[in-house]
Amino acid sequence: MSFPWANEYKPTNPLMQWVDNRLPLPRFVYNAVGAGYPVPRNLNYMWNFGVLAGFALVLQIVTGVVLAMHYAANAGVAFDSVEHIMRDVNWGWMLRYAHANGASMFFIVVYTHIFRGFFYSSYKAPREMIWLLGVVIFLLMMATAFMGYVLPWGQMSFWGAKVITGLFSAIPLVGTPLQQWLLGGFAPDNAALNRFFSLHFLLPFVILGVIILHVWALHIPGSSNPTGVEVKQESDTVPFHPYYTAKDGFGLGIFLMVYCALVFFAPNLLGHPDNYIPANPLSTPAHIVPEWYFWPFYAILRAFTSDFMFIPAKLMGVLAMFSAILVWFFLPWLDTSPVRSGHYRPLFRKFFYLLVVDVLVLGYCGGAPAEEPYVMISQIASMYYFLHFLVILPIVSSVETPQPLPFSITEAVLGKDEHATLAPATPAVA
Amino acid sequence: MAGDGVRRRDFINIAAVSFAGVGGLAALYPLISQMAPSADVLAESSTEIDISAISPGQAIKAVWRKQPVFIRNLTPEEIKAADAVDVSTLRDPETLEKRTTAGKTNWLITMGVCTHLGCVPLGAGEGEVKGEFGGYFCPCHGSVYDTAARIRKGPAPKNLEVPPHEFSSDTVVKIG
Repeated sequence: MSFPWANEYKPTNPLMQWVDNRLPLPRFVYNAVGAGYPVPRNLNYMWNFGVLAGFALVLQIVTGVVLAMHYAANAGVAFDSVEHIMRDVNWGWMLRYAHANGASMFFIVVYTHIFRGFFYSSYKAPREMIWLLGVVIFLLMMATAFMGYVLPWGQMSFWGAKVITGLFSAIPLVGTPLQQWLLGGFAPDNAALNRFFSLHFLLPFVILGVIILHVWALHIPGSSNPTGVEVKQESDTVPFHPYYTAKDGFGLGIFLMVYCALVFFAPNLLGHPDNYIPANPLSTPAHIVPEWYFWPFYAILRAFTSDFMFIPAKLMGVLAMFSAILVWFFLPWLDTSPVRSGHYRPLFRKFFYLLVVDVLVLGYCGGAPAEEPYVMISQIASMYYFLHFLVILPIVSSVETPQPLPFSITEAVLGKDEHATLAPATPAVA
Repeated sequence: MAGDGVRRRDFINIAAVSFAGVGGLAALYPLISQMAPSADVLAESSTEIDISAISPGQAIKAVWRKQPVFIRNLTPEEIKAADAVDVSTLRDPETLEKRTTAGKTNWLITMGVCTHLGCVPLGAGEGEVKGEFGGYFCPCHGSVYDTAARIRKGPAPKNLEVPPHEFSSDTVVKIG
C-alpha cells in the first residue's frame, strides 16, 4: 500500500521496461526505498537509525563471512585460528576489529532506534506489528551477539557461555538437563563451540528475513514522524529518494566516522583483555561481565539476591531479565494515550528521560563488580524499570493532558496549512 | 554559477557520490586481499632437503609449498640421452644445462606437477612407469616427459617447472 500520490515507476530504458514486465524487481526497489515511497517531510535525524541498523547488519554479514573463511570452530584450535587471523591473514586484523566493533555499532544504532520508538510512541496503532517484529529482531541480535562472542574461545568466551547457558538451569525440573542439552556436555566444549558457530552463521540471515517483514509492515501505514500526526495529503510527504537517501547518506557518513575511529584507533576499547587469554575451564576470571550492550540486562539479572516467596533468587533473576525485554511486546497496549509524539506529552516526556537515566544506571551497574553499592542501586533501578512500563506508563497515559497537535505535518513544518481552515474538525484521512 | 547551467547542488551531488564510490572501492580491497595466501603460508616457502642418500638413477619426492618436488640423480646415460635431443624440435625448447646447476648437471630438480592440469606424473618412485622417453609419465592424460623432464608427447604445454633452488652444500639443496 502507498499513498495515492506516490510516484509511479516508469522506466524509459527499453531494457528496464523488458525486465520490469517480466520481473518487477526494479519497481519493487523503487517503491520501497526509491522515489516511489512518499515519506513524511519532517523526519529528524532520529529516523536515520533504521537504515543505519540495516547497514550495520550488512557490514556484519560481509565481515563475518570473510572471517569464517579463516576461523576454525574447534575447541583445540579456535583461539589460535583467531590469532592467525590477527597476525597472518592479509588485513585479518582489520576485518576482525571491524566485525567486533561492528557488533557494538549495531547495538548503539539499534538502542537509539528503540528509544526513538519509545519517545515518539512508534509502537502505537497502526504500527504495532512493526514494533513486535522489531523486538523479535532485537532478541535474535542478542542471541547472535552472544554466540559470536563465544567463538574466539578466550576466557570471557568460555565463562560467558557457561554463565549464559547457566541461566537455563534456573528453570525448575528441566533446567539442568536443558543446559546440558544446549551445551552438548557438562561444560562448554567442542560440541557447544561448533553449534554456536553454526547458529552464529545462520541467525544473521534469519534477522535479515525478519527485517524484510519489519520493513514490509512499515510500508503499510508508512513511516511515523516527529509530530505523530498521520500523513493527510501530498504536501505532508516527500519522496524517499532523493530526500531521505541523501539524509541517510549524511547519517551514514557520521556513523562511518565513529566506526572507523573505533576500529582504527581504539579497537579494544569496548572489549575485555581477559578474552585474549585462552579458555581455561579450571579458572574463572576475577571480574566476569558480558559485553557492554548486555550490561543493563545483566544488572537486572544480578539484582535478585534473595528468594521471593517460593521462587528461588536464581530463577527470579532470570525471569526478570527476560521480562525486561518481553515487556516491550506489550508496550502498544500499556500506553493508551491517543497522542503519539513525546513532543506533545509533557508528563510522558519527563518519565521518558527518567527511563533513559534508569537504563544508563542499570548499564553502569551491570558493568561494575557484583558488590555494594552497585547491587543496591541495581535493585532500585530494576524496580523502577518495571514500574515505568507496568505502572507509570498506563497511569500517565490516562491522566496526562497532551498539548494541542498541529493540524498536519505541513502545518508543523510551514506554520500554516491552507487545508486546515477547510476541514478543521474532522481531518480527512487519506 | 546558475548562468552557465552548473548548479552548486550538482557539484555537491557529484562530489559526495564520488567520495562514497572511492570509499566503497577502497573497502573492497581488504575483502579481496584476505583470500590471498596468508603470512604463515608464505613463510613455508622454502625447504632444505638432504640428497646424500640418492644414488644415480634414483629419485625422491619432496614437498615444497604443499606440492611434490622431484629430485633426481641422473645417470650418465640419461644425461647423454637428454643432450642428444635437438632442442629446436621440442615443444618447450630448453637444454638440460639450462635446467640444472652448473657442475651439478646430474641433479634434476623439478616440480612433480604436470603442466597440463596438475596431476603428479609417475617416474620418480621406485618401480613407477617412466614413459617412452625414460623421464616421467603422467597417467591422467598421457603426457610424456624425457630425462630432462621436458615435455615430449601428450597434451601438456610446458616442461616440468624447475623451482628456484641452490645447493647449500654438496649434500643439501634448498628449494625456494
